[in-house]
Amino acid sequence: MDSIIKIIDEMNKSNEGLVPILQRVQDKLGYLPIDILEAISEKMNLPYNQVFGVTTFYSQFRLEPQGENLIQLCNGTACHVKGSKKIIKTIEEKLGIKKGETTENMKFTFQVVYCIGSCGLSPTAMINKKVIPKLTSSKILKILEELS
Amino acid sequence: MPKLNIKIDGRLLEVKEGSTILDVAKKEGIYIPTLCYHPALTPQSACRICLVEIEKEKVLQPACSFKVRENMVIHTNTPKVLEARRVSLDLIISNHPLDCMTCDIAGNCELQDLAYEFGIKESEFKGRRTNYPIDETNPFIIRDFNKCILCRRCIRVCEEIQNRRVLGVTNRGFDTKIIADFDLPLQDSTCEFCGQCVAVCPVGALTLKIAAGEGREWEFKKINTVCPYCGVGCRFDLNIKDEKIVKVTSNPDNSVNEIALCVKGRFGFDFVNHPDRLKSPLIKRNGRFEEASWDKALDYIANKFLEIRKIEGSDAFAVLSSAKCTNEENYLLQKFTRAVLGTNNIDHCARLCHAPTVTGLATAFGSGAMTNSIEDITSKAKAYFVIGSNTTEQHPVIGIKIRKAVREGAKLIVADPREVDIAKIAKIHLKHRPGTDIALLNSLMNVIIDEELWDKEFVEKRTEGFEELKETVSEYSPQKVEKITGVPAKDIIKSAMILANNKPTSLIYAMGITQHICGHLNVLSCANLQMLLGNMGIPGGGVNPLRGQNNVQGACDMGALPNVYPGYQSVTSKDNQSKFEHFWNVELKKEPGLTVVEMMNEAGKGNIKAMYIMGENPMVSDPDVNHVRKCLESLEILVVQDIFLSETAKLADVVLSGVSFAEKDGTYTNTERRVQLLNKAIKPIGNSKPDWKIICELSTKLGYPMKHNSTKEIMDEMASVTPIYGGISHERLDANGIQWPCPDKEHPGTAILHVGKFSRGLGRFTAVDHLPPEELPDKEYPFVLTTGRVIYHWHTGEMTRRSKGLSTIYPENVVEINPEDAMKLNIKDREIVRVISRRGEIEIKANITERTQPGVLFITFHFAESNANILTISALDEVSKIPELKVCAVAIKKL
Repeated sequence: MDSIIKIIDEMNKSNEGLVPILQRVQDKLGYLPIDILEAISEKMNLPYNQVFGVTTFYSQFRLEPQGENLIQLCNGTACHVKGSKKIIKTIEEKLGIKKGETTENMKFTFQVVYCIGSCGLSPTAMINKKVIPKLTSSKILKILEELS
Repeated sequence: MPKLNIKIDGRLLEVKEGSTILDVAKKEGIYIPTLCYHPALTPQSACRICLVEIEKEKVLQPACSFKVRENMVIHTNTPKVLEARRVSLDLIISNHPLDCMTCDIAGNCELQDLAYEFGIKESEFKGRRTNYPIDETNPFIIRDFNKCILCRRCIRVCEEIQNRRVLGVTNRGFDTKIIADFDLPLQDSTCEFCGQCVAVCPVGALTLKIAAGEGREWEFKKINTVCPYCGVGCRFDLNIKDEKIVKVTSNPDNSVNEIALCVKGRFGFDFVNHPDRLKSPLIKRNGRFEEASWDKALDYIANKFLEIRKIEGSDAFAVLSSAKCTNEENYLLQKFTRAVLGTNNIDHCARLCHAPTVTGLATAFGSGAMTNSIEDITSKAKAYFVIGSNTTEQHPVIGIKIRKAVREGAKLIVADPREVDIAKIAKIHLKHRPGTDIALLNSLMNVIIDEELWDKEFVEKRTEGFEELKETVSEYSPQKVEKITGVPAKDIIKSAMILANNKPTSLIYAMGITQHICGHLNVLSCANLQMLLGNMGIPGGGVNPLRGQNNVQGACDMGALPNVYPGYQSVTSKDNQSKFEHFWNVELKKEPGLTVVEMMNEAGKGNIKAMYIMGENPMVSDPDVNHVRKCLESLEILVVQDIFLSETAKLADVVLSGVSFAEKDGTYTNTERRVQLLNKAIKPIGNSKPDWKIICELSTKLGYPMKHNSTKEIMDEMASVTPIYGGISHERLDANGIQWPCPDKEHPGTAILHVGKFSRGLGRFTAVDHLPPEELPDKEYPFVLTTGRVIYHWHTGEMTRRSKGLSTIYPENVVEINPEDAMKLNIKDREIVRVISRRGEIEIKANITERTQPGVLFITFHFAESNANILTISALDEVSKIPELKVCAVAIKKL
């Protein structure tokens, strides 16, 4: 906690904006706990609702701790057309969770996102920050097996 | 301001630069529909209902925010505009439940009005619908986000008017939703339930819980009147159905609060129709109250009073008038006391709050009232020095305006032993020890004089006594005062520099200054500081005592004080005496009467035999109530006139059922000396009577007929002998009222006192020295107890504790104790403890909090069952006779 407060203090002093501070804190902690958001509000003299509003506006920010592996499946227009819906179903069945959730053992967090800018490779997903091209159900099952 | 030429719907106009298209259209009488727009808020341009067509603009533009430009040609109702508006409206309606038939807000819903106007029965867009659970978990506001149209008025009002910034939005797109803080239920958030958001919500998303199912817009009679709580004197509309107040709504037509109200004003009215209301006079027989007719009750009193007057003489009577009652009633009761009973023994609870203001400011300036107006101190001050005032809780609507000024750059210095809410936004919080105000103020002046920063021209031309002041404050170096007050010397120096370098600075104080044995001297010290800085007689400056009760200013003005007739005309002056003797056609006493605490003491000694108490509750509000009880019990007769059977009324021999603010007319005078008309909204409850009528009837029975037909007549009588009210009459009082002094019918009233010249001529500096409190902590009683209030309750709680919402949100009393002390004593949070003083003890729940400093306990006096005033001391200020309610020594123990 103290080291996080130090980061917030330093960034705030050098007039960094709210979004970079949230990004940096999330990098450190993996998510943004409410008490940290509260500290950010107070240090930056921003209303609580504003910090919470910005945090929930951007899909990159998380209020809950995230699993060890982050599966971000694209359901943007191109991926959708190329059958990402089926892959969503495969993942949900395999992991036993719905999109937006984390497995109980904290192994996986599954998110559906809208366009990661790799439409040429659709359907695609970003898994632990790495873009996986041309996904199929069997391909994703194999990856999930390997990560388990 | 430069003018621009524009054309709107074919009309060529010359308009002010900076106007929006909507401003221009409204002025011209051109109708443009709006939805997210609200006249009191900045435009949002969210709803797209006010779109207009502008030649050479590619797209339609929102009239509410689009500023006019030179040669702009605007069309407000082309087919394109109408179609765009209709589609926008249809989109909003596509996600809005069409349950108008059961919606509380039907008839007062702007979306419903627009649907009617555009003929939209149901939406052409069939898509997703939001499905949020309705939030009814707090006692005041029902939140139904399914009806929310995301106009963001609630967010804007919370930010721009309430200046609290609780509300915002979460998520985006279809999932966008209004939130409080971190999407918390309101009762768990920083919301203070002013209800401003409900007032501006155009639909049924935010509604009043208390009014749910109680009626709709077209069923209500709306009566514009004045709030019965604090001295700010907000105006609002009572919404009446079947002789019952259903709700309070904002009415912007006033000079005090516009649409703003606080939680008490908006939600605390249900005491009026509460079943506990007294509905008939009561006479105590064999220890039990029995209902009696008015004739019987008044005869009973009259006979007893005549007997006592004959045997014991006039000075065996004492009367407490009421800062809750109207000017007219206070005038009558002091007339009754002086002319009928024949004594000057009349006082009221101002003795417990601002008696030193009256004596202190009269000594320094020649007039004992708030020098400036709410409007100028909250819009023109560059800095604030708030000392001993929990402004945002006790005078909330002034508080929100100061919050706004601070957000816009004004510098705020708060001096308070406790971390009161307003201290959170202060640049510097001087956390001095209770009872060390003079040392602190002297030290600030010490720095200002040392640094040569005082207003030399002002001091030279407009004041006297500066050399003595200079000599005295030279003894109060910040280093020395640090030891007395506990405030770091560097903070004192920094504060002094801010006050000296930001002109005008407005000084605001309340009970933290007055409720001490040095209350009078504290007030003089505040006056010294403001004269030294040349902040007197100018907008944004002044010495501004915030008066507590709705009409405590008026009750003082009316002469409900033992030493003055109405308008502060001294009873010891031969001229005044003969003026009133002639006017009232009686002989009057020339000696000043007894003050509140003195009356009680004399009753205890058997010198006062009869007391008449109108609308006051000394059994909860006065210091050392165990002693008060003994004194009241020694009386031969105690008459209490009230709306509830208060702790005091329980001791009475006869109880007379008066009425609340909603059942009578008359005037109140608010803290800024503004006389305002209240309007009767409902008939008296049961067999109760307006207080002024009761006084008239009793007086008549005592052989001094008072035959007033209306409160208007009473005011005319009062004004004719009260120069500061000389030009005020009911006929002249519109929604803005008039500020005294107003000597004649043509006079517009006075917003700022002492402009160019003090009432007494020169302003008088009085050198004052630090005077420690009467009772300091010792081994046996090691803590200082300081008392005060919270935003949700009022005074002795008779009204607010009978308000369902207020008593739910804040149900019980607590003693605030610092974590350091709690740890030492092994006291847990919420544990019941015993607090003991030399005068009594109470059991009360502990609240462990940093708000109070180590060594200091804080308890409110709203709760009779754990009454702080069992503990407080009745030591008096020598001049003003105020008791030292703010400091006494106590011990705190585990049960």
